[in-house]
Amino acid sequence: MATNGDVLLEVRNLRKYYPVTKGFIFQRQVGAVKAVDDVSFFIRKGETLGLVGESGCGKTTTGRVILRLQEPTHGEALFEGRDIFKLGKEELRRLRRDMQIIFQDPYSSLNPRMTVGDIIGEPLEIHKLARGKEKVRRVQELLEVVGLSPYHANRYPHEFSGGQRQRIGIARALAVNPKLIIADEPVSALDVSIQAQVLNLLEELQKEFGLTYLFIAHDLSVVKHISDRIAVMYLGRIVELAAADELFSNPQHPYTEALLSAVPIPNPEMRRERIILPGDVPSPINPPAGCRFHTRCLYAQPSCKVDDPAFADIGGGHYVACPILPFRQQRSKAAVLPRQTVKQ
Amino acid sequence: MAESLLSVRNLKTHFFTDEGVVRAVDGLSYDLHRGETLGIVGESGSGKSVHALSIMRLIPSPPGKIVDGQILFEGRDLLKLSDEQMRRIRGNRIAMVFQEPMTSLNPVLTIGEQIAEAVILHQRLDKRAAWVKAAEMLERVKIPLARDRVKDYPHQFSGGMRQRVMIAMALSCNPSVLLADEPTTALDVTIQAQIIELMRELQREFGTSIIMITHNLGVVAEMCDNVVVMYAGRPIERTDIKRIFQDPKHPYTWGLLHSVPKLYERQERLIPIEGQPPSLIDLPPGCAFAPRCPFAMEICVQADPPSFPVGPDHTASCYLYSDKATEKEKQAAEAAGLAASSRSGSV
Repeated sequence: MATNGDVLLEVRNLRKYYPVTKGFIFQRQVGAVKAVDDVSFFIRKGETLGLVGESGCGKTTTGRVILRLQEPTHGEALFEGRDIFKLGKEELRRLRRDMQIIFQDPYSSLNPRMTVGDIIGEPLEIHKLARGKEKVRRVQELLEVVGLSPYHANRYPHEFSGGQRQRIGIARALAVNPKLIIADEPVSALDVSIQAQVLNLLEELQKEFGLTYLFIAHDLSVVKHISDRIAVMYLGRIVELAAADELFSNPQHPYTEALLSAVPIPNPEMRRERIILPGDVPSPINPPAGCRFHTRCLYAQPSCKVDDPAFADIGGGHYVACPILPFRQQRSKAAVLPRQTVKQ
Repeated sequence: MAESLLSVRNLKTHFFTDEGVVRAVDGLSYDLHRGETLGIVGESGSGKSVHALSIMRLIPSPPGKIVDGQILFEGRDLLKLSDEQMRRIRGNRIAMVFQEPMTSLNPVLTIGEQIAEAVILHQRLDKRAAWVKAAEMLERVKIPLARDRVKDYPHQFSGGMRQRVMIAMALSCNPSVLLADEPTTALDVTIQAQIIELMRELQREFGTSIIMITHNLGVVAEMCDNVVVMYAGRPIERTDIKRIFQDPKHPYTWGLLHSVPKLYERQERLIPIEGQPPSLIDLPPGCAFAPRCPFAMEICVQADPPSFPVGPDHTASCYLYSDKATEKEKQAAEAAGLAASSRSGSV
């Protein structure tokens, strides 16, 4: 990654709760879905932070709240030092030129009644960046950048395949020359052979335009490939955060270990002993007391039912929310890369 | 040589639409042996799901029609059976697990009723015995508090649990063949691992032969003994699990393996397969993969390649392995990494 080390986005203590209400005429709140429950991280300019976790962990909600597609319940999100959550309507609109999103579902994220040219050109109109001939020229340029042809501008989304629609979504996100792109599961809905095309495109665009990515996904292999650093989420919290290589060669949190272990490897010679987590993910309405993961954790101690683990810095930019630190002395069975030599 | 339990011979399932004929499955043949797990691998549009529905004779007709082929099971051609005879086999001797556990269960019936339904129909048990069996099956698939949960409705179960219920339903009559159509695709990865583990255990316990339909190469590697790779309705490569990963011969298989990000390697760049999968409506003559194939030759767009032997128990539908390919063309493929020469590779 090409970064000068400057922090572009910093998220502090982000919470997003959805109220659960009872009653029809007089609604009262009886609980809350704690979708995001105290999440903090930063992303440096030019880098890719992967946000990974299973369904219900809060990763998609995190992405949407940062962009204020949903309002936060608590916390701050500093973009180049300014708190996004404190901006007024007009300031927010201007800031949205710097932050864009690519959605997961290429079939529902493009307006079926607009031509591709209109879809990509719309942000240029809204932000008053280009009009008329200039807009047409810019749209054609963007189509070429994402590997499509200028004549595609007159077609409608339904005439394209999933992979091509995703490229259109990417062109739309690039139209305003953003600094940060939040990619919410951008390749999950695509066929395997197309995923590689789109991933390569995202990487090329990052190099060419100096983009910063928050890459949200559930597929660990994809996240590992594209991310510089990775945050692992479980039930609304980040349980581990480290550089990609470090995470995969030295996972420290039991959930990360289980996640790595669960990924089926396309290599029959490597049928390894898998760590199978018992049970299902608990409901975010009623997360377990103490450490949220303790109900499924193979290493749980009595204290885990009571104490909420702190997100601790264990050195080298590696953070873990687990006081047990089971693999400190020995290697986790689930580590998939050889151990890094420790850089001091 | 193990006896063949299920033999698919030249299966062709076409859909006759206003836009043209969709040749969803176009000449698929394979043998499934007792106790074997056969992987049918392909992406969307490859025909893998339609082939399973064809075996079960669940193809909506119109617009679909099985236009050719035989499906030989226990000495009979399933395609020649009457509806009544097929009903006695479906869910009983051959069962299926579907991809979307969220939508494949009847929301207005309890889980117990849905499992009992199959057992009452096929095994002639009375209602009480059927409910006992249903609870037993839920226990077998490791659903906690099975005897209570048997009275619950599908919406009260999570995705992973619902998939276990589907597996319980499918295995309730102890079928010889289980068709599993992307059974783990809609599930989280830790739940997927549970389901794969469960299926392997149950296979050991029940001795069921499994046809595992998936696009996930990792799942294939974990579960399958042999593999058939499909593309645009046709089988394009077939061999055992080790060879398909170590020595893929068809350019599509090879491309697929190289385009997938690998957890256990550091990769600089993925090598994608360029282009798009073809529309199945009125496919042009020749190899369906030719437009995307880096090694395509002139013959490839003229005629659909037959299956050529490329190693012991290993075939590929690619002209690189025929006498139509010049030595130069074979070497070019080899230089790019594809072991096209049948002299090379393990024997």
